[in-house]
Amino acid sequence: MTSETIFIEGGRVIDPASGTDGVRTVVVREGRIAEVGERIERPRDARAVDARGRWVVPGLIDLHVHLREPGQEYKETVETGTRAAVAGGFTAVCAMPNTVPVNDNTSVTELVLARAAAAGLARVHPVGAISKGSKGEDLAEYGELRAAGCVAVSDDGKPVASSALMRRALEYALVFDLPVAVHEEDLGLVGKGVMNEGPAATRLGLKGAPAASEDVMVLRDLALAELTGGRLHVQHVSTAGSVRAVREAKRRGLRVTAEVTPHHLALTDEDVARSRYDTSFKMNPPLRSAADVRALREALADGTLDCIATDHAPHSAVEKDLEFDAAANGIVGLETAFAVCLGLVREGALSEKRLVEAFTASAARVFALPGGALARGAPADVAILDPGLEWRCEPARFLSKSRNSPWKGALLVGRCTHTFVGGRLVHELSKGER
Amino acid sequence: MIGRHRHLTGLEPLSRDEIVSVLQLATSMKEVLRRPIKKVPTLRGKAVVNLFFEASTRTRTSFETAAKVLSADAVNWTSSTSSVTKGETLVDTARNIEAMHPDVLVIRHPASGAPQLVADRVSCSVVSAGDGAHEHPSQGLLDLYTLAEHFTAQAGKQDGPPDFGTLAGKTVAIVGDVSHSRVARSNLHGLGKLGAKVRLCGPPTMIPQGIEALGATVHHQLRAAVEGADAVMMLRIQHERIGDPLIPGTREYSKFWGLNEKKAAEWLTPSCVILHPGPINRGVELSPEVADGERSVILDQVENGVAVRMAILYLLAGGAQEPAAERA
Repeated sequence: MTSETIFIEGGRVIDPASGTDGVRTVVVREGRIAEVGERIERPRDARAVDARGRWVVPGLIDLHVHLREPGQEYKETVETGTRAAVAGGFTAVCAMPNTVPVNDNTSVTELVLARAAAAGLARVHPVGAISKGSKGEDLAEYGELRAAGCVAVSDDGKPVASSALMRRALEYALVFDLPVAVHEEDLGLVGKGVMNEGPAATRLGLKGAPAASEDVMVLRDLALAELTGGRLHVQHVSTAGSVRAVREAKRRGLRVTAEVTPHHLALTDEDVARSRYDTSFKMNPPLRSAADVRALREALADGTLDCIATDHAPHSAVEKDLEFDAAANGIVGLETAFAVCLGLVREGALSEKRLVEAFTASAARVFALPGGALARGAPADVAILDPGLEWRCEPARFLSKSRNSPWKGALLVGRCTHTFVGGRLVHELSKGER
Repeated sequence: MIGRHRHLTGLEPLSRDEIVSVLQLATSMKEVLRRPIKKVPTLRGKAVVNLFFEASTRTRTSFETAAKVLSADAVNWTSSTSSVTKGETLVDTARNIEAMHPDVLVIRHPASGAPQLVADRVSCSVVSAGDGAHEHPSQGLLDLYTLAEHFTAQAGKQDGPPDFGTLAGKTVAIVGDVSHSRVARSNLHGLGKLGAKVRLCGPPTMIPQGIEALGATVHHQLRAAVEGADAVMMLRIQHERIGDPLIPGTREYSKFWGLNEKKAAEWLTPSCVILHPGPINRGVELSPEVADGERSVILDQVENGVAVRMAILYLLAGGAQEPAAERA
């Protein structure tokens, strides 16, 4: 299969890493990018993929995905999660460690990698835990985790409450060159908050978590990054305050990177109110104010926020068909991410080039992952995206096992039509849906 | 139906006219309630289920009485524990009850939005009897009714029905823990729609962020809030809030935000009335003299509560004919 030669022809190649933006042919040979160029003659035995009217981009990379395996296979498995990934144009995803058991040891890391290899869809880069059991008490074994294939450490879903432990994590991770990815939340300030504190929460009578509950932890961890020289990655930034702090820290040369989710870029806490307590609008961090969304968009455009990550968080009806207070946090995002973020381009908040970069080269750089570029000789991880394709978001048709999407029923524009991983076509949108 | 609505989950979705239509019907219901034989066959054969996930004697009894006066069958389903700890979800409980074919499901629940969750999933009508800190629409309506009754009498029309236009331009102060109060929110929506101005008062820890967006002004000094007001609504201070910590204790609260006879005499206009959704913490937010004094319309609120809930049940259960036309 991988020995086949493929010509992806007629598409607009957007490859921010090389600066390419124009109609090109991408030639894939033996699973690798052989050439990207104009007017390349196709040999008779090569397979042609017609990409006219569409974008041909490096496979998207998502630094923040919950695959739920091991332990919560009723929500998602490595196979279904990576199937959803490739349907969304993602060729690599980073699997968060909050599985059951937690990925704080090599056997869980190896299991995730084995399942990913068996599925043969997107590449999976496991993320190990910061602390054993993500309990925030003792450091996990970063050296072993790194050797087994982990690309970063994170206690995602929980903040590292102890400043002392966070300091040690940043220091210790330096030996293994692992970024420490953090979920920033001061649990005392959050209290029983279930959405952003503000007028919408007040109207709904739901307890609010103030934006400051994120800001104070980001500020703390930037101070600790400065103290230790460690690599800090701020996950799912949601507030204007975090953006200001990260921008200032980058200006001063700290080793900090940050990601933002499609939902925090596209939705506000007023959408929670409009949804009338729809738990598909409940996630952590919560949807923030319109002013926060403006700050996030600016920061993504200017590079303060490095990349887009979905925080794909599958949950079943068991966790979601409940009172808003009782429902689990999180939404699925892999299959809607491109369309939702393309909306920002239409609104003038983001250039097409920066959009692709934030999904590819910038994401790869943050965790020092392979891919993110259409470089000659590199494995052919390629997505073909149709920026004009209108489709109705019907969660029942998701390839993910879960249905918890705030875009259910929405008319979205932009969809992945083909995904290649290592030169293999792992996803093709059916003709009827194109 | 209340106007366009099959459910009553709050006053926020209702228009002014829809609110007034319920209140006007409550006037005839109050007349029924005051008859020597208070029973009309209007809702005979209709079933009302009171589904209460939170302790409430007053509201449940009021809904139950309202249903019985209208000859509906009222059943109470009380659950002291939340659905989560009980192992059955709220949606399951509601569907089980729905299978028993009620016409109206009255729900009280500690989680904001719980009645909406049920309303989206059952075919009968749903009435919120208070959800979390969201809304308590029947309380809001009975407060509007009580205020209009008082303002109408003040205008010299004691014998006529309450004129709901009298609320326009009036000033109502709501004092207490607004952040946890569903009563305050329903009143904010209702009073705003009927043209009254609302002042909210309490320590900053009890005033939720962005409440001004609902059209209220916020005060932290009791005097500034109540001076010149046409009515003052004192909210119950819940003891469990003290450890939150929103206030240091009831003693200090009472000193700065409680209303006693001296403050009432010095700061309130002579015609200003005092409301309280009950149950009162005597000596905390209200001194006994004020609670039982001439300004208090607290027991009118209770009576009007039954009339308003009769109107709600009548409209949502689809009463056969105008109750006033049926003489007992």
